[in-house]
Amino acid sequence: MAEQVIVCKELTKRFGDFYAVNNITFEVTKGEIFGFLGANGAGKTTAMRILCGLSFPTSGTATVAGFDVYHQQDQIKRNIGYMSQKFSLYENLTVLENIEFYGGVYGLSRQVIKERSNELIRTLGLEREAKKLVGELPLGWKQKLAFSVAIFHRPQIVFLDEPTGGVDPVTRRQFWDMIYEAAATGITVFVTTHYMDEAEYCNRVTIMVDGKIEALDAPQALKQRFQAENMEEVFYQLARSAKRSSD
Amino acid sequence: MKKLGFLLQKEFRQILRDRIILVMIFAMPTIQLIILPLAANFEVKDIKVVVVDHDHSTLTQRMLGKLGASGYFRITGAVSSYQEALHYVERNDADVVLEIPVDFERNLVREGRQQVSLSIDAINGARASIGGAYLNSIIADFSQGTDLDIVRAAHPVPAGMPVINVTYNTWYNPREQYKYYMVPGIFVLLLTLIGGFMSALNIVKEKEIGTIEQINVTPIRKWEFISGKLIPFWLMGLIIFTIGLLVAWVVYGIVSVGPLWLLYLFAAVYLVALLGFGLLISTYSANQVQAMFLAFFFMLIFMLMSGLFTATESMPGWARTISALTPVTHFVKVIRMVMLKGSGFADVQLEFLYEIAFALVLNAWAVFNYRKTS
Repeated sequence: MAEQVIVCKELTKRFGDFYAVNNITFEVTKGEIFGFLGANGAGKTTAMRILCGLSFPTSGTATVAGFDVYHQQDQIKRNIGYMSQKFSLYENLTVLENIEFYGGVYGLSRQVIKERSNELIRTLGLEREAKKLVGELPLGWKQKLAFSVAIFHRPQIVFLDEPTGGVDPVTRRQFWDMIYEAAATGITVFVTTHYMDEAEYCNRVTIMVDGKIEALDAPQALKQRFQAENMEEVFYQLARSAKRSSD
Repeated sequence: MKKLGFLLQKEFRQILRDRIILVMIFAMPTIQLIILPLAANFEVKDIKVVVVDHDHSTLTQRMLGKLGASGYFRITGAVSSYQEALHYVERNDADVVLEIPVDFERNLVREGRQQVSLSIDAINGARASIGGAYLNSIIADFSQGTDLDIVRAAHPVPAGMPVINVTYNTWYNPREQYKYYMVPGIFVLLLTLIGGFMSALNIVKEKEIGTIEQINVTPIRKWEFISGKLIPFWLMGLIIFTIGLLVAWVVYGIVSVGPLWLLYLFAAVYLVALLGFGLLISTYSANQVQAMFLAFFFMLIFMLMSGLFTATESMPGWARTISALTPVTHFVKVIRMVMLKGSGFADVQLEFLYEIAFALVLNAWAVFNYRKTS
């Protein structure tokens, strides 16, 4: 049986009497691209924050890379990468300086950082931009760079929170190529998205509605079960039953 | 520790890349030290006097001559009635009306006493009372000085009558120049701005642009992040303090009478306290506007109540209590004591304990309040 890198059991996060995440249970296998879908306000971000060690659950259990979300947040943080839709590199640092900084805070040595960043700059084709401020790069490049920085320390799992928001279709396609490459090296990818074509690229997909997981399967299987042409229809069938207003 | 190195490297790169901040680091102490002692000056000068002289005697001429020669007064008009003089005041051409009665000289010589009347425009209370006091003392001086020879000849002081003469010695600031009072105070102002504002805004900026979220998912520890933020501003504060001391020496010739190490010791601890305050502000604010308002609110109170501009001793009891509860007050007091009086550590150890306490409490509160996990 394949190794499970994320295991959630009856995970719940309550704010007052509002159940942001309501009793969710799922597992993610090593090297898998795991899509996390849901309308705005469905509880995706809250669940993801718990798994990243940014927030404590109210009840239930969860382990990430084998570490407990209640007590081993530091170990979790050392073994994951994270990239959010809110652009998270420093615009007033250069490409190389950003890579160096994030490499450094994950405990890589200066020697390793130097070698890997040269390699990364080559792969991304950013040789001419390496010493430019990140703020001067176009959005698509920034997002690709942010993803590369998120997996620079070779984490076991990378969490991507709507990574392709506002990016053009060609760049999105390139971005997903990068995700596939990362997954091929054994990094597990946990990704939230609003683009249903991207959902098709995932190995497995969950759809959250009102804090609960309403569906979890491979995109192909979901389409058959809901007799839908594409993921868009699957999503629509599930999400329209939502009672929560979007935020 | 290795991570802290990367954090510091990043902070310094960002600070040094910001040209405006870099310019401000050098320009701020220089400009403030040059401008503020000149502008924030409570010396009352150029008081405009309109004279209503009903006597026109030699004595009044001499008295007015002395008034003009004092340097504080300018006689802007001589009119023949009080009503006319009031027009001067209404038009803002005069601050004071000096009315000399008829037969001033004759009565003074004959009876040894004579009254003059002063009417003062008191819209600016401080100016009115200080100006009035100057005028009073000049007239009193006049009546006791050489001019009284005439009077004394007519009314000799009986032998054996004790006369108490009060003489003044102004210590520590012998020429009573305002700059000696203000310059040390401006050092406090500078360090307060660096410590309180810049650190708060810097941390909140990371919240605002969202990079703090990225920092929070990294294994950086709370103390590493906070040290990475505070150390650069602490160093910047000490650099600005040094520039300030140099400017005070070059421009005003003010050199600290007390030991320099004591000044730096206080500056170092004071900066830690103020950086803690800035950090605390940042934990309560979601964006730079909030942080700015919060910091400004407290800074204004700190500054006005610190004794920087007005003496804390003349505040009412409740205000003195608030004043004692800000780190600024104690630092203002110490820096003046050390720089002007030459106080040593023994003289200011109580204030030192206060600053240590502020540094501990503010930082502990801020660190407690700053959470990576909710």
